[in-house]
Amino acid sequence: MNVNLNEMPDHSGRQQYFRLPDNRTSNSRTPGNLTSDNRTSDNADLNAAPLVVQPKISTRGLNFFYGNHQALTSNNLDVAPSNVTAIIGPSGCGKSTHIRVYNRIFELYRDQRATGEVLLDGENILSPSVDVIELRRKVGMIFQKPTPFPMSIFENVAYGLRLHYKLTRSEVAEQVEKAMRHAALWDEVKDNLHRPGTALSGGQQQRLCIARAIAIEPEVLLMDEPTSAVDPVATAKIEELIESLKSMYTIVIVTHNMQQAARVSDFTAFFYEGNVVEFGPTTQIFTNPSNKQTEDYITGRFG
Amino acid sequence: MAEEGRQENGRWPVIVRSALPRKLADFSIKVISSLSALLGIAILAWILFEVIKRGSAALNWSFFLHLPTPPNIEGGGLANAILGTSMITLLATLAGVPIGLLAGVYLAEFGQNTRLGSVVRFTSNVMMGIPSIIVGLFVYTLLVLPLHHFSGYAGAVSLAIIMLPIVARTTEDMLRLVPNSLRESALALGAPRWKATLGVVFRAAKTGLITGVLLAIARVSGETAPLLFTSLNSPFWPKSLSQPTANLTVTIFNYAMSPYSKWQEMAWGASLLIMVAVLALTVVARFVFKEAKK
Repeated sequence: MNVNLNEMPDHSGRQQYFRLPDNRTSNSRTPGNLTSDNRTSDNADLNAAPLVVQPKISTRGLNFFYGNHQALTSNNLDVAPSNVTAIIGPSGCGKSTHIRVYNRIFELYRDQRATGEVLLDGENILSPSVDVIELRRKVGMIFQKPTPFPMSIFENVAYGLRLHYKLTRSEVAEQVEKAMRHAALWDEVKDNLHRPGTALSGGQQQRLCIARAIAIEPEVLLMDEPTSAVDPVATAKIEELIESLKSMYTIVIVTHNMQQAARVSDFTAFFYEGNVVEFGPTTQIFTNPSNKQTEDYITGRFG
Repeated sequence: MAEEGRQENGRWPVIVRSALPRKLADFSIKVISSLSALLGIAILAWILFEVIKRGSAALNWSFFLHLPTPPNIEGGGLANAILGTSMITLLATLAGVPIGLLAGVYLAEFGQNTRLGSVVRFTSNVMMGIPSIIVGLFVYTLLVLPLHHFSGYAGAVSLAIIMLPIVARTTEDMLRLVPNSLRESALALGAPRWKATLGVVFRAAKTGLITGVLLAIARVSGETAPLLFTSLNSPFWPKSLSQPTANLTVTIFNYAMSPYSKWQEMAWGASLLIMVAVLALTVVARFVFKEAKK
């Protein structure tokens, strides 16, 4: 009954449906389930109540080109709503490239282009009729290096709000505080809101960027190696944050760090040389990968 | 083949080369380059010293407050030329800087790998190397000849033309120093390109842009040739820029060539004034840029 999601995506363009992974229900497990054998109990759960949902994002036949160089080859991937999907793989395998299609940020560069379909709630975001500004309001992004804007801490978070909403001064202040609380940053900066964002530590800067992204209440958060430039303590804080944010947002995280993927994600996709090699519930990918390459990568034989 | 050079015991023969010629060459290069550097600084120091020595005698209240007097009449100053130069430079800045900034934005943000972009960049580089007298002649044929009179406006236009490529290229360089990740972050929040550029990228490059503008002003405030053909000069207050307008550099040119010692002294004074102004602008520009790096 183990569902291999990698085999599921077809090219018919039909919507795929998710069976939520076992660790999704871990919080609501009864003590009785915990004592019984893990694997069978999980399967029993799934059989008992097949939780199926429509994917938030489904990628169909996505190709990506840097000039003449093809970086992604017909990627198919389904991102479950209100879950964390991790993308792992060796350097240069197209992980970041893949998520940079989701908000069309690659369009900043003249020689980059994508073909295929990326459906956000069923709508193809690669279609030219899609308003990228509205798309980016719905799909926020956190980058590898913290990128505080050259303005005050407060203004950093208010920037996106002012772009999209007509709010009064007090409403902006309220929303900024809310976003900073969600990003677990408020207590550290509430007395220094007027100080420049660049004066914060690296980890705080990254949480500032997260606060900035969630202030405009997106539906999806893309994270491109969000902890690769911060120290382990800050990494732990950000991972905690991801855990607390996933109830509200659909999160896609690219990471070099396999332990991180195992810790924070519900689903994991393994990328290699521009292909989605294997995709499935994180526990399955890390304990029982069906693909030899995936197994080699997660056991540290290469990459 | 290399084996042939070996001695019987299999070792390479030891060639004892004297270190003396190498040390000598090293030493003489050091001496020659140090002397060249000293010579460059010495000439600059000499100019500064001479201008300060001869110019400071001419600087008094009257120099800053009064109109010039005919030769051999005591008193008088260059107040009209100081005001005229300020007006022409200000107008040139108002015209040249916004266009230069926007051209720089195009080069850095939109025209990076486009044909038009490389044409504009090449043209700017060529324009920076054009002798300023040619710019003066160009504006002369464009504005002075058809209108039949010299004017401060024509002077401002020629100075603006000289500023344009300087501002455009420094703007491009400064905007390129802004990491792409900052642009991406602004765009990823849903900012339109122009808002991301003006609100975030410009802010990040602010001090570099100010430095570029200050250096461009410093560069044109000492220009003489383009004004000789456009603003000409005048012994009166600049009532309107549509007439020949007094300015410091052409005044220096005229006075220094005159046989009257009083006028020559005034020319030295005007030289000192311009030199101090340019020096001040450069120092401010450097200071601003250093602050930014912190």
